[in-house]
Amino acid sequence: MDTIIYLKNVVTLQLDREKCTGCRMCIAVCPHEVFEIIEKKAVITNQDRCMECGACMRNCPEGVINVNAGVGCATAVINGFLKGTKPECSCSCEKNIP
Amino acid sequence: MKISKGNMINTVPTVLVPLTSTIPRTSGKLSFKDVLGAIKVRWGIRRNSYTVDPGLYAIGKPGSLSDVFVTANYKLSFDTLRKNLDGLDAWILILDTKGINVWCAAGKGTFGTAELIHRIEKASLNEIVTHKKIIVPQLGAVGVAAHEVKKHSGFSVIYGPVRAADIKNFISAGYKTDKKMRRVKFTFPDRLKLVPVELVNAKYWLIGILIAILFLSGLSKKGFLIDLIWLSAWHTMITVAAGFLSGAVLTPLLLPAIPFRSFSLKGAIVGLLTSVILYARNYLGENVIESLGWFFMLPVISSYLAMNFTGTFTYTSLSGVRKEMRIAVPVQIIAGLSGLTLYVLSQFL
Repeated sequence: MDTIIYLKNVVTLQLDREKCTGCRMCIAVCPHEVFEIIEKKAVITNQDRCMECGACMRNCPEGVINVNAGVGCATAVINGFLKGTKPECSCSCEKNIP
Repeated sequence: MKISKGNMINTVPTVLVPLTSTIPRTSGKLSFKDVLGAIKVRWGIRRNSYTVDPGLYAIGKPGSLSDVFVTANYKLSFDTLRKNLDGLDAWILILDTKGINVWCAAGKGTFGTAELIHRIEKASLNEIVTHKKIIVPQLGAVGVAAHEVKKHSGFSVIYGPVRAADIKNFISAGYKTDKKMRRVKFTFPDRLKLVPVELVNAKYWLIGILIAILFLSGLSKKGFLIDLIWLSAWHTMITVAAGFLSGAVLTPLLLPAIPFRSFSLKGAIVGLLTSVILYARNYLGENVIESLGWFFMLPVISSYLAMNFTGTFTYTSLSGVRKEMRIAVPVQIIAGLSGLTLYVLSQFL
């Protein structure tokens, strides 16, 4: 229950470990414990858990994390397809998280 | 950049900032009206206008050393935060997210770096607190770049816990989140709470399908007969409702227990099981062809609705959803049309 994994080997998350300074920002913002610090640098240890929210990429001061961030929502993909835009959340979902 | 710890003081402030009329006060106690409002929005009532005015608020008796918590101007977000700050003296900085919760708004960018910097300046936060630190909910990180905020406003962003309920533990841990506080979970009660939201979202879809099938049930060898619609209306409604329940209620609630990773496949399986149960109870069609038609249509309804739950679940990625849909949507269309064709054919037997 704690670790439900969606489809395997599809996530676009990438990290250029050589340039990582080990600031731990990615660990602080990741909602699924995808990263760990090993030998003072970040490592992606749980790639399949990533939901591509993009928080790590946005908060990496070195800019060494890359992910095709977006909302994993079929409705958004359909809306985007119909409107010819990127998949966008219509925000009918309510997660009640402040 | 390191996350600072322990240097924010949360005792009763020694320097009290005069509370002018420009800083509204709020309470950590929710009223009956607040609770009722939360129930209403889950059923879609006033959800798009359930807002609070953006800006700075005071809770308790905050001073220049008190913590600043950032949230969205969706009233449910604001209420959840202040409920969990009850008993503390703190500032609440509300961003203008157009009435949308933190995570969704962060995804859109309205809960974002630019808006946060703008609100810090507009509230003259640097004159109200001396510590230059703001606590942003972790899920806001999707839209906020902490290093950019620091560069443009001078304020250091500390990412707080995912759930406001962990705030007091976060404070006593020296403004640090542990693994538990950072993990997004989606428990059975969470899923149960979202069922009405999905029911309301899918209502037009459901009514549309129902009307279409009811109309088709009037077709026969002798032409279009209204009486035939009445005759089969009850069974038609039960069957469509069963498909709806399978996809929008049973699948999300039982999700971890259903085999396969793809949501559409999970929904199809539950729909198929429901079909078998209905068939065994003589509810699924009046002849073999009609039953076969329903054996296609019901799982398709269930599969489609389940697929749309990918957005509500908190572990689905866009790449994954795209991969799933590339297979699921064509299959759903073909199976759905096959089912409809069989259904119409059965009327002419």
